[in-house]
Amino acid sequence: MSTRERPLSPHLQVYRWQVQMVTSILHRATGIVLAVGLIGLVWGMLALAAGPERWAAFTACAGSPFGKIVLFGFSWALAFHLINGIRHLVQDAGQGYAIPEFVRSSWLSIIGSFVLVALAWGVVLAHWGHA
Amino acid sequence: MNANRGEFRTPLKQARGLGSAKDGTGHFLWQRVTAIALVLAGAWLLGLLLSLASADYAHARMMVADPFNATVLVAFLIAACWHAKLGMQVVIEDYVHAPLFAGIAHLANIFFCALAAIAGVLAVVRIALGA
Repeated sequence: MSTRERPLSPHLQVYRWQVQMVTSILHRATGIVLAVGLIGLVWGMLALAAGPERWAAFTACAGSPFGKIVLFGFSWALAFHLINGIRHLVQDAGQGYAIPEFVRSSWLSIIGSFVLVALAWGVVLAHWGHA
Repeated sequence: MNANRGEFRTPLKQARGLGSAKDGTGHFLWQRVTAIALVLAGAWLLGLLLSLASADYAHARMMVADPFNATVLVAFLIAACWHAKLGMQVVIEDYVHAPLFAGIAHLANIFFCALAAIAGVLAVVRIALGA
């Protein structure tokens, strides 16, 4: 039996990029990153429970230049997943589905995530200055 | 039980027992329940983390050992690991199609999230009880 070329449903590559696609993809990507990031959270808790030496090793790792970059990445992923997650909860309640609102809330998630990260790190850096 | 149940399926489909697993709604709901819990506990956790940034070992341990802080931290760890399990499950279902690899990936996901929750909660309990 000969196989015919059959129509395929369109996939990502045929669409023009829109901000709603970006927030949708980023939500999944940051979710995966945060799932892996659970290791860091649990590592920190185990270190705190294990004693001063283990805690010192943990904070030395977290405070190293590489650790700071990783922490910054995780904090942005958390900020984005948090704000966009609240957006999804609002949409689950049936709100914000009109296209202009949908686009606006997408931008709000992206811009809001950077604002939240900047605020959080501003507080951290201000505290570090006093420590 | 409705006598007409499965009327529109072929006998083969019925014999194989495939079709909806009937637990999709539970997955959807628990993902939202854990999401709302994480928004609430996460807001508190952000505050605790920011104050931990400049804390020494004894102070950090004292803050985690605080009964209210420890309670919210345990709630956050359980909700986060549960939410991560549900989210990663969907990612695996979407992208891993070979039955063997999908099974291994699902097992790994469940084991990872369960172990992260157990280890994290045990660490917080040890700190809270001063062990």
